[in-house]
Amino acid sequence: MTTDPRDELVEHLGALRAFALSLCRNAATADDLVQEALIKAWTNIDKFEAGSNMRAWLFTILRNTYYSLHRKRKREVEDVDGAYADTLAQKPDHDGRLAMRDFGAAFDQLNDEQREALVLVGAGGFSYEEAAETCGVAVGTIKSRVNRGRARLAELMALDDPDDIELTDSVTVGIVSAQSVA
Amino acid sequence: MTRQTRKTEIDAEIDANLKRAFDNLANEPVPDRFTDLLNQLRTGGATDASQKEAQNDD
Repeated sequence: MTTDPRDELVEHLGALRAFALSLCRNAATADDLVQEALIKAWTNIDKFEAGSNMRAWLFTILRNTYYSLHRKRKREVEDVDGAYADTLAQKPDHDGRLAMRDFGAAFDQLNDEQREALVLVGAGGFSYEEAAETCGVAVGTIKSRVNRGRARLAELMALDDPDDIELTDSVTVGIVSAQSVA
Repeated sequence: MTRQTRKTEIDAEIDANLKRAFDNLANEPVPDRFTDLLNQLRTGGATDASQKEAQNDD
């Protein structure tokens, strides 16, 4: 059975859009990035290794596209419309979980490298190795970015206060309910 | 509770929030422009990426 890997592209559109938005944090730019990455993926499909992780391959293309544009448009890099933070804030919690609004605001304050590492590893389910390959850095660098990003988020949301017992309980509730939804 | 356990819980909660946000975004309906683009590519209408990029298709 021969399948055309190009047929699989459509399955990754949603994840590509989410990743693009987390990188550039501007909805219009994000969709332009996705479009450009799709065209590149389509025309370079012969470089995709059959059976390998297509999502990781696509994320790498999108990321390279983003950073080459970034270099071209140095003066426009602060064009952040808070779209990712808004999405983070869209679902207010009713069961005592951390307020998503606070989380989104904190996430927006991370540097690009930490945000990217957290999105790939924390949200996208990438292994440290896959994330390292996608970002073109060493595995240890990704681990360090993830750890620093998490620590910074915890600090920004004041989660690192050891006396906050009530929050600890709500965190546990949050984890349990998040798993049951997934 | 030990400091390490606490850190693990915080990390898990942070990842759960990240994942929830990412999945919410990823599960949003995909705009037609992307499915249109894929159809266009399939019919050979936009195989030259560099030329295609130069145009604004909106």
